[in-house]
Amino acid sequence: MLQLLTPSGDVLGEPPLSVDLTRRLYRAMVYVRTFDRKCAALQKQGRLATYAPFEGQEAAQVGSAAPLDPEDWMVASYRDAAAMWMQGYPWELLIAWRTGDERGGRPPEHVSVLPPSITVGGHMLHAVGLAWSARHFGEERIAITYFGDGATSEGDFHEAMNLAAVYGLGVVFFCQNNQYAISMPRTAQTRSETIAEKAIAYGMPGVQVDGNDLFAVFTATAEAIDRARAGDGPTLIEAVTYRLGPHTTSDDPSRYREESEVEQWRRRDPLERVRIFLSERDAWTPEWQERLETEASTEIERAVELAEGMDGLGPARIFEAMFDELPPHLVDQRAEALRSVGQ
Amino acid sequence: MAVLTLAQALNQGLEQALAEHPEVVILGEDVGRTGGVFRITDGLQRRFGPERVVDTPVAESGIVGMAFGMAVGGMRPVVEIQFMGFSYPAFDQIVNHVARIRNRSRHRFTAPMVIRMPYGGGIGAAEHHSESTETIYVHTPGLKVVVPSRPADAKGLLASAVEDPDPVIFLEPIRLYRAVRETVPEDPHTVPIGEASIEREGTDVTLVSYGAMMKETRQAAEVLAERGVSAEVVDLRTLVPLDTDRLLASVEKTGRVVVVHEAPRTLGFGAEVAALVAERALYSLQAPPKRVTGWDTVVPLKKSEQYYLPSVGRIVAAAEETLTA
Ligand SMILES: Cc1ncc(C[n+]2csc(CCOP(=O)(O)OP(=O)(O)O)c2C)c(N)n1
Repeated sequence: MLQLLTPSGDVLGEPPLSVDLTRRLYRAMVYVRTFDRKCAALQKQGRLATYAPFEGQEAAQVGSAAPLDPEDWMVASYRDAAAMWMQGYPWELLIAWRTGDERGGRPPEHVSVLPPSITVGGHMLHAVGLAWSARHFGEERIAITYFGDGATSEGDFHEAMNLAAVYGLGVVFFCQNNQYAISMPRTAQTRSETIAEKAIAYGMPGVQVDGNDLFAVFTATAEAIDRARAGDGPTLIEAVTYRLGPHTTSDDPSRYREESEVEQWRRRDPLERVRIFLSERDAWTPEWQERLETEASTEIERAVELAEGMDGLGPARIFEAMFDELPPHLVDQRAEALRSVGQ
Repeated sequence: MAVLTLAQALNQGLEQALAEHPEVVILGEDVGRTGGVFRITDGLQRRFGPERVVDTPVAESGIVGMAFGMAVGGMRPVVEIQFMGFSYPAFDQIVNHVARIRNRSRHRFTAPMVIRMPYGGGIGAAEHHSESTETIYVHTPGLKVVVPSRPADAKGLLASAVEDPDPVIFLEPIRLYRAVRETVPEDPHTVPIGEASIEREGTDVTLVSYGAMMKETRQAAEVLAERGVSAEVVDLRTLVPLDTDRLLASVEKTGRVVVVHEAPRTLGFGAEVAALVAERALYSLQAPPKRVTGWDTVVPLKKSEQYYLPSVGRIVAAAEETLTA
């Protein structure tokens, strides 16, 4: 398992990132953690639908998205708001989607991120096709797809890995092995010793990294991205990490894991080791931390306001994006839906 | 203009789509080297190369899911599923992704792609090779469903499907691939999706069908004519979006309707036609609507297929019942 920054903040070898870049990515991790906690709180107040928190996985998502080019495709799932934000998806849309407003599924024109997949596994194939389209049009873009350890048991994982390898496509398969698929522990999900080793079966490189180590994640993903962009095909990355929170806000993890296990993983917090690294280089102060947290809170609260303030909901919205042009039967049904609410 | 079979018309249509649109790619099992099990893509890989006519591993979900990504990325994939009965491994991709991406991204991402599926019985094929489960796709919001029954329509509807901004399930009647011939315009042409065709005008009863069963339906109209009954024949050609206007106008004119399909009866397309007629044209009816369909059974194998597929006799009998009602 690739590790470059230990939980106690020691760098093994030369630091792969400059202090400046490390500071920027640390800042990003503070922001996404603030977002995550805010969303969990909003859900408790009934302002969001079910929420899938990612606390503990910040380095995996921020570190893997950081080396992407802005036009690279990203196909991720419900737990990957941090990676999506890194690739340009605005907070307010990430939040809007989680309030139950489909408009959150439409990123701005310059953002090449698909709306998050709710079905486990199916979306990995979409990255394969997107990489194909990039090659077809002679574009430099690659495609990265995010999924969990559970998703590797889906048939579509196999089909996506196989097809990407068969056609030599520029895809990065980024697995966040957060140890659980709802209640199913990783050890019960597959007999493979690692998820990374599954790559061997498809004829592509597989790398296991410490997913709570920003440096290791960044380094491994940057290499995979370079390989994809150079036309040398796909890579599977297994980021070994841990979901500190529940599967979703409706899950009770005490039914399937011990608090002591969670405590152990808390000691491997992905932010803390970067903080120590920066602090030892006089690049972190408590004042800076405080300022970051305040800025992050303000920015996210503003986004919540925007998301909750999106108006114009009503029956007509349901019909708005079914086809390029609404066919007659839907025109009729829309009229009926409007009449049913007296419009 | 040449006289072509339905299979040849489709081949010509695909060839022209590849020639006209650089973003069109054909994908499927055995579509390249062998030209597909029904030879619909015959010769296309030789002309356009293996990057445009792509032999894929046996992986329906993978083919459709990958094609989805290609379509979102700006290409126009035309997928061949070898037989409709093998579309089910791709069902999740079709229903949860292909049919929904426009909606879930509010028009930002779309999946303009064609999924071709040979369907239907009547050739004594192996198990799972005779399915007619169009209802599943008709029932899925976000898909268009097209079923040609004639060579010229097949070519024209295919061109429309390739150019359509939304995903199209394109059903090809296996037993008509080489059983019908007609002159087909040499040049690319389109037949609009969503338009039924009144194939034969009549005054006493409307026979409604689509795809493979059009053959028996046409024959039934002939038999009825010999018996002095004037049947109007409607080939729906598109199931979604349905040409309700033409359909209802015909039923209002004749006052009687018989729907014919080989799919199982319960919630088959005939149920939708009957419900529409009941809702919108009840007072023009002079007899209850009739459905002539496959049974709600597993499609039988070769030796019993004749008892399953609607016959000319069953269609004629149903029409005559509406006249004596
Ligand atoms: C096809 C499918 N099956 C089942 C589910 C229900 N489900 C949602 S998340 C999940 C577990 C996924 O675990 P994993 O892939 O490890 O990702 P994680 O949630 O841990 O990030 C399940 C079973 C689903 N969304 N999609």
